[in-house]
Amino acid sequence: MKSFRIEPVAECSVMIQLGTKIDPKFSLHIGHIADAIRYELMDVIMNVTPSYTNILVDYLPFLMPEATILQRLESIVKRELAHPPTHPANHIEIPVYYDLSVGPDLARFSEEKGLTIEQVISLHSQHTYHVCAMGFAPGFAFLAEVPDELVMPRHATPRLSVPAGSVAIAANQTAVYPESSPGGWNVIGNCPIPLYNPTGDVISPFSIGDTVSFCPIERDEYEELGGQLWDSLK
Amino acid sequence: MGLIEVIKPGQLSLIHDFGRFGLSQLGLTQGGPIDDYAYSWANFLLKNPTNSAVIEITLGQAAFYIHHECMLALCGGDLQAKLDGQPVANWSRFAAKKGQLLTFSLPRNGLRAYLAVKGGFEAPEHYGSCSTVERDRLGGLHCDGKGLNAGEFIAFHQHQTIKRSRKVTFRFTPDYNLPLVLRLIESYQCDKFSPAAKSTLYESEYTVSQSSNRMGYRLEGPALEAPSDSLLSEGIALGSVQIPPDGHPIILLNDRQTLGGYPKLGCVARIDLPRLAQAKPGQKVFFTQGDREGLQKVWCKWARFFGY
Repeated sequence: MKSFRIEPVAECSVMIQLGTKIDPKFSLHIGHIADAIRYELMDVIMNVTPSYTNILVDYLPFLMPEATILQRLESIVKRELAHPPTHPANHIEIPVYYDLSVGPDLARFSEEKGLTIEQVISLHSQHTYHVCAMGFAPGFAFLAEVPDELVMPRHATPRLSVPAGSVAIAANQTAVYPESSPGGWNVIGNCPIPLYNPTGDVISPFSIGDTVSFCPIERDEYEELGGQLWDSLK
Repeated sequence: MGLIEVIKPGQLSLIHDFGRFGLSQLGLTQGGPIDDYAYSWANFLLKNPTNSAVIEITLGQAAFYIHHECMLALCGGDLQAKLDGQPVANWSRFAAKKGQLLTFSLPRNGLRAYLAVKGGFEAPEHYGSCSTVERDRLGGLHCDGKGLNAGEFIAFHQHQTIKRSRKVTFRFTPDYNLPLVLRLIESYQCDKFSPAAKSTLYESEYTVSQSSNRMGYRLEGPALEAPSDSLLSEGIALGSVQIPPDGHPIILLNDRQTLGGYPKLGCVARIDLPRLAQAKPGQKVFFTQGDREGLQKVWCKWARFFGY
């Protein structure tokens, strides 16, 4: 069983530290622990934010004193750590149009790594990733880990605007930008399906611990699904 | 149904209830009134439930037309509110008559005023809250994260008005223009900062930067040396003090991103955040070490008083 540490970080916030480095296979378990906390302490909790190796819990100390919540969290975490999830993770397949017209950094992979576009596509799409954290922007899922050949540091100077749907790589992680935003990740393609739906019933298809794979699509399918090229997005 | 009409929204007028909670695991920020103390008093003066929707008016220069008589309360920054040209006392409850015009001009103290109506303004719930968060496209009158616009009507339940006004005692009304002393609860990566970096923080004078907003307040002043080892993104608590590579502290507030990977020294005490949220660019800021237990007690007292 993993060791863990629980400590207050503010009057109304406690951090549960479950490790020190990314362990994609552990993300489903972290998600379960976060769900258990949210469910069992729902009366006193404002937010539970799981991430790669830890869980931030925001609570109301006048409803449950700090000492009590620390004990409760400790027993929940201990119990959940002893019972790894047995059912498989939810799997999500994301269609991606990999092309220079929507993924200008494909060029960087050929220049710096000598990989052809086809090689980048097959390396990126033949791998299964885990949602290790969600945040930065609403619906932004951090997916780990990309194959070694595709590890690429982010741009030293971020782009002022990366179009919504951009599929990108930074270091050993990959992600889809759900909304257009500034960003320094290496963009290699675009997913034409909206991944943040503030007006829908499901805000985001992702949750921590899910597995994700990318399915290459051709230009006609991309456009049929509503995909646009960078020139028209900017 | 009673109505008030936005004649002009000024720089930024936003509908807010207490905030959007329980969705941070999807990256949705809490939003809510950035000066929750003034927000809570405004609702308190009208005996409203704690979560009632109010209008957060930033930097003044706004005007609202009263279509139906109502009881209003105004707390927070002094934006020189006037009802048909007559000054309205800040931190007070008052009656407004049909046909009157409520105007705000430039801030004289603080930055943001909270305008509440008896029973709360009517705004649709969007994922559990009407709080307006532009970046997330959530909340507001049209559930699209947009601020109030000229010509829009905001509804409330009609009610009897009473002449007698009510005011927050002077002991509880802050002077937002005084230099700020923020109590820091050390936590997160605090131990990884060098003693020199920490003493720089506690011994220096900082000023509020121009690029401060509802996401966070940036401070200018002596840079701190941040620990060099890289950090995985993690949940950011309200009031976290993060040190980006340029060494200038950023204090993260209501509309902050839910995860961040810069090292953090800890969190500013919750009871100090309302005054920070009202600080103007150029205002002086100092840090002092805070005691979590004591600060927690004081915050709990206010939370119980306002009925959070």
